[in-house]
Amino acid sequence: MATIKELSLQEDRLTGGHRMCPGCGAPVIVRQVLMAVKEPVVIVSATGCLEVSTTIFPYSAWKVPFLHSAFENSAATMSGVEAAYTSLKKQGKIKDEIRFIAFGGDGGTYDIGFQSLSGAMERGHDMLYVCYDNQAYMNTSIQRSGATPRGASTTTEPAGKVKQGKVMTRKDLTECMVAHNIPYAAQSVCGDWRDLTKKVEKAMSIRGPKFINVLQPCQLGWGYPMDKTVELGKTAVDTCFWPLYEVENGKYTISYKPKDKKPLVDFLKPQSRFRHLFKPENAQLLSELQADVDKKWALLQKKAECFGA
Amino acid sequence: MAQDLGWKELPEGDTLKAGTAAQFHTGDWRSKKPVKDEKTCINCLFCYIYCPDSAVKVQDGKMIGIDYNYCKGCGICESVCPVKPVKAIKMVSER
Repeated sequence: MATIKELSLQEDRLTGGHRMCPGCGAPVIVRQVLMAVKEPVVIVSATGCLEVSTTIFPYSAWKVPFLHSAFENSAATMSGVEAAYTSLKKQGKIKDEIRFIAFGGDGGTYDIGFQSLSGAMERGHDMLYVCYDNQAYMNTSIQRSGATPRGASTTTEPAGKVKQGKVMTRKDLTECMVAHNIPYAAQSVCGDWRDLTKKVEKAMSIRGPKFINVLQPCQLGWGYPMDKTVELGKTAVDTCFWPLYEVENGKYTISYKPKDKKPLVDFLKPQSRFRHLFKPENAQLLSELQADVDKKWALLQKKAECFGA
Repeated sequence: MAQDLGWKELPEGDTLKAGTAAQFHTGDWRSKKPVKDEKTCINCLFCYIYCPDSAVKVQDGKMIGIDYNYCKGCGICESVCPVKPVKAIKMVSER
């Protein structure tokens, strides 16, 4: 595993001057992912904050080959690139070892790009798909997505007299990917560089389809001060709202077990999208959310016990 | 700030040259700027690894400064700085 000093020796593959919000977690994720890859790499990105802000015409912030075609097909586009590479390599026209990484936001992964992702994983292309999950359609001003957690207020499901934020629970995409029986699926966070770079390094050593779901705090959509991005990511892990784990050929490993599991309130309180939950009449909903997190954490620990080493 | 390009300079189709965003300076978004304390910095490089704008300059494993052309002043570098009791990076008002 590379230390932070070793990682810093490589030239940055994402330049400054891109137009992401100040304090955004997505470029942090991208930089850390690219730092962990030693080989030449080709990137595809789904439409989303990352794609529109890093490639505003006529500028591009990417120092690596970058391709974008549409919202729903980053995984399909990557499959094509990878298949062309495999063919050219077979013909002896390319000799280099090249790695393929597709990025997608939660909208382009959980909802709109789900079928192309599912197809690419099933066909077994040698690629890594990284989902930067900020839990709503942040690029188009915070509409609810399949990744939005229950109780979060969004512009299409705002908290008010009728509803208290999103009614349904979040889709568990990492588990969906585990169900595809791929060699490597993992969950990481923007706020633990060691965990993320380690997982990317591991994914790069495995041939076949790989998936990493990375939680990305969004200062604009979640409503917190912009310097708290890393801190909030860490709190999400410490409260077990977003456990860090990996599944290698069906074998579950929990990457980090918090010594003192913090109450979920620690994660919800700093965010304005959960502000309404702290009204006295929503106490019941708040305790249900905590119970849901506890249940999922217990289930994950059981899985690690049953399907662990 | 980079100048707007005329039609002769624009790339054909939508093919862009790699890394050209570096010509676009986002430093003027900033209302507070991070200032490094040379004496107390321990070169842990947390500011480098968590900077969203690739604005922390590192040479041979040492943090050598902040590129104010790109820094948007988010303050993540200050919040991740582990130096105690006074952080080695401080956010200072631009005015």
